[in-house]
Amino acid sequence: MRTDIHSNCALRSIEMKGICVTSGEDVLLENVNLTFHCGQLTALIGKNGAGKTTLIKALLGERQYKGKISFTDSHGAAIAKPKIGYVPQYLDFDKSMPVSVEDFMAAAGNGCAVWFGKNRKTRQSIRETLEKMECGYLAGRRLGALSGGELQRVLLAMAVEPVPDLLVLDEPVSGMDIAGLDLFYRQVTELRDTCHMAILLVSHDLGLVRKYADKVVLLDKTVAAEGSAAEVFSGEAFREAFGFEEEAEWN
Amino acid sequence: MELIYGFLEMLPFEMFQYDFMKNAFLASVLIAPLFALLGTMAVNNKMAFFSDALGHSAFTGIGLGVLLGLDDPLLAMLAFGIFLGLVITKVKAANLVSSDTVISVFSSAAMALGIVILSARGGFAKYSAYLIGDILTVGQGDLLVILVVLLLAYVMWAVFYNQLLLLCVNRSLAASRGVRVMLTENLFVVMVAVAVMVSIRWVGILMINSLLILPAAAARNITANARGYHWTAAVFGLFSSLTGLGLSYSLGVSAGAMMVLTAAVLFFVTYLIGKRRK
Repeated sequence: MRTDIHSNCALRSIEMKGICVTSGEDVLLENVNLTFHCGQLTALIGKNGAGKTTLIKALLGERQYKGKISFTDSHGAAIAKPKIGYVPQYLDFDKSMPVSVEDFMAAAGNGCAVWFGKNRKTRQSIRETLEKMECGYLAGRRLGALSGGELQRVLLAMAVEPVPDLLVLDEPVSGMDIAGLDLFYRQVTELRDTCHMAILLVSHDLGLVRKYADKVVLLDKTVAAEGSAAEVFSGEAFREAFGFEEEAEWN
Repeated sequence: MELIYGFLEMLPFEMFQYDFMKNAFLASVLIAPLFALLGTMAVNNKMAFFSDALGHSAFTGIGLGVLLGLDDPLLAMLAFGIFLGLVITKVKAANLVSSDTVISVFSSAAMALGIVILSARGGFAKYSAYLIGDILTVGQGDLLVILVVLLLAYVMWAVFYNQLLLLCVNRSLAASRGVRVMLTENLFVVMVAVAVMVSIRWVGILMINSLLILPAAAARNITANARGYHWTAAVFGLFSSLTGLGLSYSLGVSAGAMMVLTAAVLFFVTYLIGKRRK
């Protein structure tokens, strides 16, 4: 149902074709074929070790792969330098690092070196970017002093500025409370609807997946199942991967 | 040069009547802030142990220089330092062994190899000066080399700082913002290796890491943003080097060690200040 509402610009898309990733003898991904459409939130689910993180690393160009990943704009032309917004799962950086939210945002922009200082225009635009995710008040805080939810909102604000061709959310809500979680997903769905962003969400929380995903992809080294949440959750591959009928858990 | 010398002689410090003290002073002014700046990032990336290993590897560099019959082992030291830094980074990235183990293995192997080569002709004592270094031996030609390296490093620092900062928060995030992760990481390693090798003769293998880590560690105690961190570290580096140099002159002790002690005092003072604030 929901698919029909948002897929009004389905021409812009990201296509993964025959993606294979190996590490020594181990096959991490085998012949993955997927398409992400703009205005659609695709959820990627699967057991630990099913290759979810590897798939994201391949998308980000951090991991070498065989096959082809192509970004196509609404005129069918290839996007040469695709922008990918990425919200990582958790940040294991040194929490005592003297870096403010503003420094961090400025470093991701294309301005001059952060130690040199930031001019008023940069600071203003950083504040506006943060304000969109209702976290402008965090600008001066130290990055390591933020709570899980605050950090995720800052990361989301950064990931969608400039508007990316694909937004990748990697287990974005681990360690977030219920209120923060709701706010986060409200913001994500808003981005999907207003900016027609293509969104890829990796999540273990099948309840959230059911609630927010337009399309669900079950990964087990390759695409084991694909379709609406209801379709995938009731399929054979899902039972094999998770060993129980999600439907029963749910109702 | 005469102009700078003349200026230093006008200062009311007894030590500036000697040319070697003037050179030592100028070298400290050039080296200390650079080390402090590189140190800010090394501490962020938890690379204190890594830079220590680089320092130790200088022995092998010197040894290779001797084997190759070079008059000045600097080139061999640079080449080996860069090589070792890149190899450690590469092995670390493979993630098969924990990183402090990797560094420890390379560090001890490089040091041992160096000592084996240098002691082969029974003349290791000749090279033991490298252990604590002697900043009073800086000549005018050396100053020029330092100046060139320094200028290059500052340019790189201005260009790559933001990318390095993103990188030390999260690699994948940096990759998603267009940072070429491996390249940037390697560039930083090369910068540290070059800075260490160029100045190790004067600072000494045992002290060099302190010069890199201590000012940044002290600055971290009392700063909350990148700009403050950066400049405070630079000032701390400069202050501890010059104070150390001055004290070493009046007390007649090793300059490098005095610099490190001054920086250590700064660390403890700022630690207490920082603790009280929090």
